[in-house]
Amino acid sequence: MKSHIWRPLYVVIGLVVLILIARQFLVPPSFGIHERGYMYGWYRESNVDEWKKYPVSYMSEEYCKDCHNDKYAMIMQTSHAIIQCENCHGPAGEHPSNPPKLEINRSREQCLRCHFPLPYPSSGRANIRGIDPEKHNPGVECSMCHNPHKPKLEGMK
Amino acid sequence: MITRRDFILYTMKGIAGLALPLTAFEILSPNKLLAAKGDTSKVRWAFLVDTFKCVGCGFCVKACKLENDVPLDANVTKTWVERYVLTKDGRVHSDTPKGALHGFTTSKIDLGLGKFQDIKKEDIEKAFFVPKLCNHCENPPCVQVCPVGATYQTPDGVVLVDRKWCIGCGYCIMACPYGVRFFHPVHKVADKCTFCYHRITKGLKTACVQACPFGARMLGNIRDPNDPVSKIIRTERVGVLKDEYGTRPQVYYRGITREVI
Repeated sequence: MKSHIWRPLYVVIGLVVLILIARQFLVPPSFGIHERGYMYGWYRESNVDEWKKYPVSYMSEEYCKDCHNDKYAMIMQTSHAIIQCENCHGPAGEHPSNPPKLEINRSREQCLRCHFPLPYPSSGRANIRGIDPEKHNPGVECSMCHNPHKPKLEGMK
Repeated sequence: MITRRDFILYTMKGIAGLALPLTAFEILSPNKLLAAKGDTSKVRWAFLVDTFKCVGCGFCVKACKLENDVPLDANVTKTWVERYVLTKDGRVHSDTPKGALHGFTTSKIDLGLGKFQDIKKEDIEKAFFVPKLCNHCENPPCVQVCPVGATYQTPDGVVLVDRKWCIGCGYCIMACPYGVRFFHPVHKVADKCTFCYHRITKGLKTACVQACPFGARMLGNIRDPNDPVSKIIRTERVGVLKDEYGTRPQVYYRGITREVI
């Protein structure tokens, strides 16, 4: 073959070799086709461990009950026992070191999530007692009168 | 003119070639290889939603957003709760204001653009809440379309996004028939429910399951015959969303009707 064909061909071959060498350094070894085949299993396997290391924020009431056992024991006697502490107090994270103080949601809207009456058939919502927020002491935080850890009317402040 | 020596050589080559079975030319697919080896994964995560129990409080949505660092104010969320109100005139009203981040604190249906529709109590025929999240399909269309291999399914069935690999093209967001994917406003990549992979692999419940006061959400391993979720899926009447798409979704629902899409 003539040299004017070979010369550009050398350039192309050189480029391909360069790209293949660069690929060796740029693509991590765990990237490739895994168990589920090319269609679903083409990925970087080390990413699975990266996801596993994602920090946990919600610690559950099991984490709270050792230090705050008085509050825990109180709410456990009531119908509010099903509600996690962190639903109102916010995620504990590494509390008490970080954050040292949790911000409590005392808003009326927080209580209305369940206690706004929606009499929907075939939904559990219909069985929860509710109030009309426009008529029932509007503008006042519910916890002014009701103790959320002791929601029965006898527990009113 | 063919020589005697050549004739014998050609004949031998021809016979050797014919002796090769056709299957020897087949390229082995990893799928078939895996099937032949037997699926070794002992865990396949599946989700169960009981719409009879859901009251639409939205604690799950809030917990999910805070656990997984999805900005609270941004109009994107990994899980949300839909309200369905079916009236006697045969109409279906549904809404999910802010994905039910603050629950449902009004009886008015949010029509969007600041408009609301009040529905009289006596007109309601059926009404209920349906929590939604990623279905972690057995055949995830979002994974098929990813051009760079940034989204994938783990051997235990969870569909994840590699945030370092994602180029943000948005194909997966368009491909998902359930609309569970979104563009993360901070990380600038496609994002979705991970079944709280960082929690379930440590033996914890997902943030939404833990936050639900009514037990409307459950996560389990369908490969384990004694798992409570696996038992319900096997023995009770459960449904999935958009079955006709062939995605084989792994979020099962109790108590949904055909109006739920």
